[in-house]
Amino acid sequence: MTAPLLEVNNVTMRFGGIVANRNVNFCVEKGKITALIGPNGAGKTTMFNCITGFYRASEGNILLHGEDGTQDIGGLITRPITGGSHLATRAGIARTFQNIRLFREMSVVENLLVAQHRQTANNLLSGVFSTPTYRRAEREAVDRAYYWLERMHLAGDANRLAGELPYGRQRRLEIARAMCTSPKLICLDEPAAGLNPAETRELSEVLQILRADHDLTVLVIEHDMGLVMRISNHIVVLDHGEVISDGTPEHVANDPAVIAAYLGVSEEEVQ
Amino acid sequence: MNTHENLFPKLGKEALLTFCVSLVLVGPISGLVLEGFTFRNELVHAVLIAAVITAGRLVLSAVMVTPFGRRISGVLSRSGGGVTVRSGKERSSLPLLAVLFLAGLALPFVADKYFLGIAILALIYCLLGLGLNIVVGLAGLLDLGFVAFYAVGAYLLALGSQYLGLGFWSALIIAPFLAGLFGMVLAFPVLKMHGDYLAIVTLGFGEIIRLVLNNWLAFTGGPNGAPVPPPTLFGFEFTRTARQGGTPIHEALGIPYNADYKFWFIYLVLFLVVCAVIYAVQRLRVMPLGRMWEALREDEIACRSLGVNHVFTKLSAFMLGASTGGLAGVFFAVHQGFVNPTSFTFFESALILAIVVLGGLGSTVGVVLAALVLTILPELLRDFAEYRVFVFGVLMVVMMIWKPRGLVRVTRPAFFPSKSAEPTSSPVPSANAEVSR
Ligand SMILES: Nc1ncnc2c1ncn2[C@@H]1O[C@H](COP(=O)(O)OP(=O)(O)O)[C@@H](O)[C@H]1O
Ligand SMILES: [Mg+2]
Repeated sequence: MTAPLLEVNNVTMRFGGIVANRNVNFCVEKGKITALIGPNGAGKTTMFNCITGFYRASEGNILLHGEDGTQDIGGLITRPITGGSHLATRAGIARTFQNIRLFREMSVVENLLVAQHRQTANNLLSGVFSTPTYRRAEREAVDRAYYWLERMHLAGDANRLAGELPYGRQRRLEIARAMCTSPKLICLDEPAAGLNPAETRELSEVLQILRADHDLTVLVIEHDMGLVMRISNHIVVLDHGEVISDGTPEHVANDPAVIAAYLGVSEEEVQ
Repeated sequence: MNTHENLFPKLGKEALLTFCVSLVLVGPISGLVLEGFTFRNELVHAVLIAAVITAGRLVLSAVMVTPFGRRISGVLSRSGGGVTVRSGKERSSLPLLAVLFLAGLALPFVADKYFLGIAILALIYCLLGLGLNIVVGLAGLLDLGFVAFYAVGAYLLALGSQYLGLGFWSALIIAPFLAGLFGMVLAFPVLKMHGDYLAIVTLGFGEIIRLVLNNWLAFTGGPNGAPVPPPTLFGFEFTRTARQGGTPIHEALGIPYNADYKFWFIYLVLFLVVCAVIYAVQRLRVMPLGRMWEALREDEIACRSLGVNHVFTKLSAFMLGASTGGLAGVFFAVHQGFVNPTSFTFFESALILAIVVLGGLGSTVGVVLAALVLTILPELLRDFAEYRVFVFGVLMVVMMIWKPRGLVRVTRPAFFPSKSAEPTSSPVPSANAEVSR
C-alpha cells in the first residue's frame, strides 16, 4: 500500500442538530482513483466541502501529505477576515461542483485564466503598462489554458461564452479549470451526472489519462456504478453520514451492508 | 386569412383596455379642476387625452404586425441580449479613438464657455461612472453610497488648502489615495455581506459622510461650505492680477487676458485624466485582477475553489473604484470654486448608478456614453427642468424594457495560443509531475 495523500480522521460534521458526517475515517492513496459513493443525502458533498476547505469539520481532522510536509485543512480555514477557504486550493486540492459553477458570462479561456491567477503577474502596474514579464506570464497562461482545452477536447470552443456550452462540455470545462490550478488532488462531485453514455465513456478515459500522465490523485463522488467499478482503485461507501464499507471495488460490491444500503433492506435482514 | 380575421377583435380589445387604463390614469389629474374648495368637471379633456393615447397605441400595434414592424422588433429584441466574445478579427478601433482624442483636445478652442462647462461636468460624471463601474459592473458589489468618495476628493482640496496649504496638483495626487483609504475603511465591515445588505450599508456610509460634512461646523464649514482655491499651472495663476506676488499666466506667456483660460486648463487636465482612467480600466479588464473581479461577480464560491482570495479581491475593487471617485471630486471642487454638502446627496449616488446601469454593467464605452447623455440631455431639456427626474424615470423604464443589459453590449476579449505552443509540445511541466519522475 502506497502512502496516503489525504487522511480523513474521525471527522464529524454537524449542522445544528443534523449530523451530516459521523466519525468518518478513510485515506486517499497517492496516484489512485478513489470513489466516494452512497445514497442521496448520505453526506458525500458535505465531506467534500470539508476536504476542500469550505466547511470546518466539527470534530476530527483532515490531513494533506504534500511534498512540503503535512497540512491540516481544518487549521487552514481559521484565518481571520478571509476565512482562508482559498488556502485549501493553494495547498493543492482542486474541486468541481455537483451543480456546475462556471463563470458563465466569461469566455472559456478566461475561465481557465482565472484559475491560473497564482501564475500570472497580478501586479497592477505591470499589467497597466504591459511590461515584458507580464506579457510572458500572460502568454504562458494562455498556452497552458489551450493545453488543457486540447486535453478535454474543448479547443474549438475556446472563445465562446462558458454559459453557452452544452452541458457535457461545461462539465469538462469545469474539470479543465480545476486542473489549471495545478492540483495534487482533484475532487470531482458527480462528474458524470447528466452525461450520455458516450460522454460518460469519454469522461472515464479522461480521468484515467489525468491519473496516469499528470501524476494526479482523484477523489470522485459518483452514482454511475458502471463508471465507478471501471475506474476506481478504492471505494468508500457512506450511508447516513457513516462509512459502511471501505475497500477494493470487488470487496465493496460484495459487501452485504452496501447491498442493504442500496436496496433499502435493513442490515438485520441481511445478516 | 385567419390571422386577419382575428386581428380586428384583438385590436378592439386592446383599444378598449388602453382607453380604460389611460382614463383611470389621467381622469383625476386633468378631468377635475380645483376651484377654491370645490372642483369643476372637465371630463371632456380627460376623454380626449385618453382617446389620443388609444389612437397611438392602435397605430403602434398596427405597425408591429406588418413585416416592417416585425423586423424592427426583431432587431430590438436581438440587441437586448447579453455578452459576446470577440472573434479576434475585428478591425482595430485605434483610428477612431485617435480622432476622438484629438477632437476632445480641440474642444476648448471651438466651444463657448457655457458648453465647456457642460463638457467638464460630463467628463466628471464619466470619471464617476468609470469608478462605480469597477465596483458594481465588474466586481458586482452594489454600492449606493459612492458619492461619499466624490465628497472626500472635493473636500480634500477645499479643506486641504485651508488647513495645509494644498494646491490643485497635490490634491490631485493625494485624492486617489485618501479616497482609496476611505474605500478600505468602508469595505472591511461589509466584505461579508452580499446584495441588498451591502447596498444598505453603503447607502448609510454615504449619508454618514454627508452628515458629518454638514454638522462639523468648526472643521468643514457645515452647510455654508468651504471655498476652493483656483488652480495653478507651474505656479502661474489664471486670474487677471496675481494674488500673492505670483505671475498670472497671461502675463508670463505674453498673451491677452481671457477669463476662459481657467476652464480650458481644467477641461484639458480632466480630459487627459479621463483618458488615462479609461485606458487603465480597459487594461484591467484583460488583466488577472480585472478577471478575478468579474469571476467574483459571476460566482464567489467557484472563485474560492480556485484559490482566489475573495476578500482581497473585493477590497481592491472597492479601493480602486473609490480612488476614481476621489479624483472626480477634486475636479468638481476646482471647477465650482466652492463646495458644500448639498452637492453630495443620495440623488447624486443614484444618478451615478443610473449611468452605470444605463451604459451596461461592465461596459466602459457604455458608461462613457451614458455619462455624456445623462449630463447633456438635461441641458438640452432646460425648458423641462421640472420634469428632469420624471424623464430619467421614463428613460430607465424604457431601457429596462428594450435593452435590459444597457446601451452597449459587453464584449469579451479573444485569446489565442502563441505560435511557439504547438499542440505536441507540452507547456505543462506541472511541479508535482517533475518531482515524481
Ligand atoms: N449547509 C447545510 N446546512 C444544513 N444541513 C446541511 C447542509 N449541507 C448539507 N446538509 C445536510 O447534510 C446531509 C447530507 O447532504 P449532502 O452532503 O449534500 O448529501 P449527498 O451529497 O451525499 O447527497 C443532508 O441531510 C443535508 O440536508
Ligand atoms: Mg451531493
